[in-house]
Amino acid sequence: MRKVYTRVQEISGNVIMVSASGVGFGELAEVKSTFGKSLAQVIRIQNDKVYMQVFAGARGVATNDEVAFLGHAMRMSFSDDLLGRIFNGSGTPRDKGPELEGNWVEINGPSVNPANRIIPRKMVRTGIPMIDIFNTLVESQKIPIFSVAGEPYNELLARIAMQAEVDVIVFGGMGLKYDDYLYFRDTFESEGALTRAVMFVHTAADPVVECLMVPDLALAAAEQFSLQGKNVLVLLTDMTNFSDALKEIAITMEQVPSNRGYPGDLYSQLASRYEKAVDFETAGSITILAVTTMPGDDVTHPVPDNTGYITEGQFYLRGGRIEPFGSLSRLKQTVNGKTRDDHRTIMDTMIQYYAQCRETKEKLAMGFQMSEWDTKLLKYGDLFEKYLMDLSVNTPLEKALDQCWEILAACFDRQEVGIKSSLADKYWPKGEVSLS
Amino acid sequence: MSEHKQRVIAINGNMVTVQFDEQVVQNEVAFVCTGDKELKSEIIRVRGNHAEMQVFEDTRGVKVGDPVKFTSKLLSVALGPGLLSQIYDGLQNPLPELAQKTGYFLQRGHYLRALSYERIWHFTPEAKVGDDVVAGMWLGHVPEGIFKHRIMAPFNLKGNWKLKSIAETGDYTIDHKVATLESASGELLDVTMVQEWPVKMAMRCYEERLRPSEPLVTKCRIVDTFFPVARGGTYCIPGPFGAGKTVLQQVTSRYADVDVVIIAACGERAGEVVETLREFPELEDPRTGKSLMERTIIICNTSSMPVAAREASVYTGITLAEYYRQMGLNVLLLADSTSRWAQALREMSGRLEEIPGEEAFPAYLESLIASFYERAGVVRLYNGQVGSLTVGGTVSPAGGNFEEPVTQATLKVVGAFHGLSRERADSRRFPSVHPLESWSKYPNFVGKSEVDYARSILKKGNEVGQMMTVVGEEGTSIADFTTYIKAEFLDAVYLQQNAFDEVDAATPLERQRYVFALIHDILRTQFKFERRDEVRRFFQELTQLFRDWNPSVWESSEFMKMEQQIRQKVGEQKKA
Repeated sequence: MRKVYTRVQEISGNVIMVSASGVGFGELAEVKSTFGKSLAQVIRIQNDKVYMQVFAGARGVATNDEVAFLGHAMRMSFSDDLLGRIFNGSGTPRDKGPELEGNWVEINGPSVNPANRIIPRKMVRTGIPMIDIFNTLVESQKIPIFSVAGEPYNELLARIAMQAEVDVIVFGGMGLKYDDYLYFRDTFESEGALTRAVMFVHTAADPVVECLMVPDLALAAAEQFSLQGKNVLVLLTDMTNFSDALKEIAITMEQVPSNRGYPGDLYSQLASRYEKAVDFETAGSITILAVTTMPGDDVTHPVPDNTGYITEGQFYLRGGRIEPFGSLSRLKQTVNGKTRDDHRTIMDTMIQYYAQCRETKEKLAMGFQMSEWDTKLLKYGDLFEKYLMDLSVNTPLEKALDQCWEILAACFDRQEVGIKSSLADKYWPKGEVSLS
Repeated sequence: MSEHKQRVIAINGNMVTVQFDEQVVQNEVAFVCTGDKELKSEIIRVRGNHAEMQVFEDTRGVKVGDPVKFTSKLLSVALGPGLLSQIYDGLQNPLPELAQKTGYFLQRGHYLRALSYERIWHFTPEAKVGDDVVAGMWLGHVPEGIFKHRIMAPFNLKGNWKLKSIAETGDYTIDHKVATLESASGELLDVTMVQEWPVKMAMRCYEERLRPSEPLVTKCRIVDTFFPVARGGTYCIPGPFGAGKTVLQQVTSRYADVDVVIIAACGERAGEVVETLREFPELEDPRTGKSLMERTIIICNTSSMPVAAREASVYTGITLAEYYRQMGLNVLLLADSTSRWAQALREMSGRLEEIPGEEAFPAYLESLIASFYERAGVVRLYNGQVGSLTVGGTVSPAGGNFEEPVTQATLKVVGAFHGLSRERADSRRFPSVHPLESWSKYPNFVGKSEVDYARSILKKGNEVGQMMTVVGEEGTSIADFTTYIKAEFLDAVYLQQNAFDEVDAATPLERQRYVFALIHDILRTQFKFERRDEVRRFFQELTQLFRDWNPSVWESSEFMKMEQQIRQKVGEQKKA
């Protein structure tokens, strides 16, 4: 028999307080107001005073509303029925499907014992040459896309999700514009990926507390799928909104802010989510790809800065392209030696010449005369951008590597390119090159 | 032992307030009993009959009224044979054993013994019956890996005691009584091979502290030659993300010329610890030919593990390090990263509603950091033997800005500063230690005047480089341009080091002295150049020769051959 409390003593921001006993820290309660039911989570207990964060917001909560404690912490019902479904940040369906019951799993559960982790070993093929060749994505990697508002980061995320070779996609949207939510839903549907995906979506119009639950729900689902032996890709967009929600709650809770208003535990909060990325030795894996928008394109802003210390590299998205400079996959060395024997050499050579091409472009902009070599570099740059950097291409790694050789051959003589002859003998294109 | 039961009255995150009616001890360990779990906690503030405790685990489900057990003991670690090659969490729970018990995940409320009570050790007595005994004195030893693990008189022993009896040579478990001590007043004390020590107290069982003067060779050229660290010294490595802090620490943990290495992975990526965890057992210690793991202890509290235990993890690390120093060994503690520890302090300070200092860090941050680094040092033990403890900590400053409180508090107390620079990292100049901003107060081991000269070239080269961005190459004199190129050359062939090349990754001191002498000669040499591109081409070719020379095995025929070529090339271009 659940005890119901009908006397809310304090309401401040999204936090309400009732006098109750026998309540556990982190426990859920159900608040019934004239505007409907909402879940609330216990965030502080002092003697008989129980403080709760109301998921739907405290707006409209009356002092005589019913509060009933549920006797358990935030949890989700896990089964294969999750696939193809869309939920909000409280874990209730957003689509027209039924509520799921049973097989409850804890969210934001304990972390993986480091002694049980293994060194990552498998590449995730995305069909995007800027990732596959230059900054390979690896199973169990956690990597953000650093970008500014206005860049097509959500399109990139959706594209990677569609092209990546994974078993399950778990999508977590935080503070999404409604249009963006529809974009993801429609893309998943039209590409037939929804049947192997589950979406947890918080839109900008939803209560801010629900935003905080999205990554936990998404990662709890991902963890269960991976324990079943599946390779799961988790997409989180946008983690800056998540951090801003943390900031909002912390400030209403009167916590001392540390840096630009963010709470002091921002690092730990982000880390406990990102660190869910894992490769289980005898089961599946979780790979996390997140979006972090950088306010004012400032990488030293607390959110991208803390993220950079946690994640295993980052992709910079600028001008609609993945920047070759600054982008880094810290785990690429673990896999790119095992793909094709020319992978590493091509990766280094192509980037070197592209860097030279950038310098030449600067010279050109300053009005210097172009030498013959400069002209070659400019041509190289154009081909590089067209065949490799364009985000709309979907090229398997091997074909992309072949294309790299063709680009080199189209621009330079074989002797000019300082590549080991054993490799050049094997891969340098024979005959005419058709690129233009 | 008073094991009185008290009750929880408030819960705020991982801070729990307890009401008690007898006495409590500040920093004493207590257990919060919730359901069938007991959660380890530490008292951090007492007000009236309320004790505020930080809980080292997730507090989900804790209720008002839950019973609490006090232990009257400060947070301590177990010290005895069997510590080496272990992997512990911040509270000294062995992680591999925990994995066997709880599976993939770290379930809360599971605590295991840090040392095996079944393992048999071969004990050899050193002290004789009737000997005078004070705290920390060597009574005997057991073999542990390549070391003689000394069995010592308890560190908390007060005054002078006499050895009443000691076990004979033989095989015992660690809890076997190996000696009995007698005080002047006739009090008796049994000694086993294991003892406990509170982690937040410095161990002071030695005759005196000495000035660090011996080099600690890390085999990283820019560190050893330009910014050396002495055994028993302290240094810090601040740097923005992606600057290579962890790689530098990993390389140091492999090649540093010390007996025991303790790695405290504090609040950083789990993946990085895993690399060490999985690779060290297979790597060979160049000094002993055995697995590197045999001289290593890993304390691992990664970023997703409970925050409160982060603070404990650095203290656990330094206490284990002090213990091995008491055996007359040279110990190196690597803490990665001290910023995460400071952040954990900040979180707790916020919950205690203390008045915040800069960037909300608590006001006592500086003194805590200072007393932590001050636990390093070279000490002469009572028996005349010398042991050292060197501490190297990384700092992860927010936004890569060294003006922040943790970096500044650290810089005040360390003897060397290896500042990593984002620019150097971006241009792939590794290790990215900044050659102009870093400093060291320890004596130079390679040659002071030579290093000073090289540093002046770097400085001048940097100035010329900046000037050139304004006036262009054409606007610089040949002499200035040559200095600029010489600085670039020094950077490329000596300061930069390939951590992934077997030979180049570790340059022994002898080789550093030899190679640096040659480079110094080249820097001093006046060359005959007429045009700038001549200068550039000459040094480009020279750089290429050095790049082939660096990965060649020391004193091999390949090494000799390359050196010959270099000397010849330099000779040809020399001004008559």
